[in-house]
Amino acid sequence: MSEKSSPAPSVEDAFALAMEPEDVRGRSLWTDAWHRLLKNRAALVSGVIMTLMILAVVFGPWLVPWEADFTDWDHTSAPPSLETGHWFGTDPVGRDILARTLEGGRISLLVGLIATLVSLVIGVGYGAIAGYYGGVTDRIMMRFVDVIYALPFMFFVILLMVVFGRNIILIFVAIGAVNWLDMARIVRGQTLSLKNTEFVEAAQACGVDHRSIIRRHIVPNLLGVVMVYVTLTIPQVILVESFLSFLGLGVQEPMSSWGALINDGAQDMESAPWTLVFPAAFLTVTLYCFNYLGDGMRDALDPKDHV
Amino acid sequence: MRREGLMRHVATRLLGLVPTLLLLITIAFVLIRVAPGGPFDGEVTLPPEVRANLEAKYHLDEPILQQYFRYLGDVVTGDFGPSFRYPDWSVNELIARGFPASATVGGLAILIAFFVGTGIGVFAALRQNTAIDYSLMGVAMLGISVPNFVIAPLLILVLAIYAGWLPAGGWDWSWQSMVLPVLTLALPAVAYIARLTRGSLIEVLHSDYIRTARAKGLAERVVVLRHALKPALLPVISYLGPTAAVMITGSVVIERIYGIPGLGSYFVQGALNRDYTLVMGVVVFYGIIIILLNFVVDLLYAWLDPRIGYEEIR
Repeated sequence: MSEKSSPAPSVEDAFALAMEPEDVRGRSLWTDAWHRLLKNRAALVSGVIMTLMILAVVFGPWLVPWEADFTDWDHTSAPPSLETGHWFGTDPVGRDILARTLEGGRISLLVGLIATLVSLVIGVGYGAIAGYYGGVTDRIMMRFVDVIYALPFMFFVILLMVVFGRNIILIFVAIGAVNWLDMARIVRGQTLSLKNTEFVEAAQACGVDHRSIIRRHIVPNLLGVVMVYVTLTIPQVILVESFLSFLGLGVQEPMSSWGALINDGAQDMESAPWTLVFPAAFLTVTLYCFNYLGDGMRDALDPKDHV
Repeated sequence: MRREGLMRHVATRLLGLVPTLLLLITIAFVLIRVAPGGPFDGEVTLPPEVRANLEAKYHLDEPILQQYFRYLGDVVTGDFGPSFRYPDWSVNELIARGFPASATVGGLAILIAFFVGTGIGVFAALRQNTAIDYSLMGVAMLGISVPNFVIAPLLILVLAIYAGWLPAGGWDWSWQSMVLPVLTLALPAVAYIARLTRGSLIEVLHSDYIRTARAKGLAERVVVLRHALKPALLPVISYLGPTAAVMITGSVVIERIYGIPGLGSYFVQGALNRDYTLVMGVVVFYGIIIILLNFVVDLLYAWLDPRIGYEEIR
């Protein structure tokens, strides 16, 4: 149909068309990756759900009519219902589960972000230095990582929590401090290949000092890989925090996190299963989405995995 | 030739374990000693003389460095010392009492994870990009994302409380009391191994030598099971080392939820009670197990993949 209605373009036309500025513009790695990510429906849906989850957790507590620590003595262990206004039900002391879940989500996501940031700073710094300087420095630094890798790190997190008390800042640091190993390894690998590129050589030839080269030339080029691993580290970190809170070693009352709520819920699950189910569902959905999104981003940025 | 290389490799690797263990012991020792409070700060304040006697008995009155070297010396001879909070027990006895249950749950879970996980992975890989493949991998991602302390209460709620098929907790060495803990511990690893197997099998199936095998007219079954599966399992094998560590960590939660008298519950109790020797004992014991398992996995890997010489794996 369309072939009939429009005359076949001549060679000159086609050439002119190809020379149009829009068409010769190259597609960068990022555009390519972005298109691939958009084609990955699972990752896309995960991204949308995750955005909604973050919005709900950030703004939700102001919209829910109940305070997280308000005890409604008329409705203790009330099942979810629209009439009482407790959509997710209440716990045995009458606290609204919806309000508590959203509040707990704030802590869980905050821990996820900040602890990941800690591991990011340590991991990127460590990996970039080891990879850039290479040689003996590299060997010693990576040998150290290998050794730490072999240790049962969860035990150390538990010990750290016991040692320093249940301070929330320390939860961030403790979790971040044991989670940087993967990041360091990956960054080092990337740095090794980056440091032999022409632009780094050019910088060295211009007499730029090592520290600036790492900061200005190496680290920005690691962004893609690092972003993927940040997305994959966040759920791990959230999981570790919930794990600690579940064991009673994480955040403490009146603060709460999803792990702490699940722990509470597990105590009352026979009489009030909703106290377990809702926080568990929120945590699971969040982890699920982060994992899928991270996976999708890795596939998008790393086309060689595509068979 | 190869055997000689193997022996030399084993020897160097075993020697290489020493600094790792030393670091492990040192970190654990420092951490537990820095922790505020001591093993004898219970609800009851002890009279100073009693306290001094206790501390003298356990050598807690010595300079810290001397205690450290005393501990190192004891560990070398395989003695983890007496427990501070279980006065009649030595740490060795507590470990001997707790480990069988922990090892049973962990061992069964790893076996299930390996066989069920690879099975699902192969099944999905052979149906790549079909609805079955997508839904299996979706479920597997769910299995990875749901933490074991969520799975456990849900399983108890459904299988024990509502259906009443299995006990909700407790441990009497009957198979009924093992089902839920083993299942809880195995599920995330099953999911992870399934995804790993699927990915690597798909990659292997696209390689040239598989095309050759197919061109020769071999049956698909032979192609997959004989030629593709072995190299496809390599990443799974190398994941088994870390899995063991994950299982051991997970057991801390599992043992608490199901009330299993295993090592994990001793560890948490010990850490909370400042039972120095018990905590150190469990950390060092599990540390040795994890390190040895990683070592065995490396050897297995080299054995499965003839391209890798023993010298290359570190």
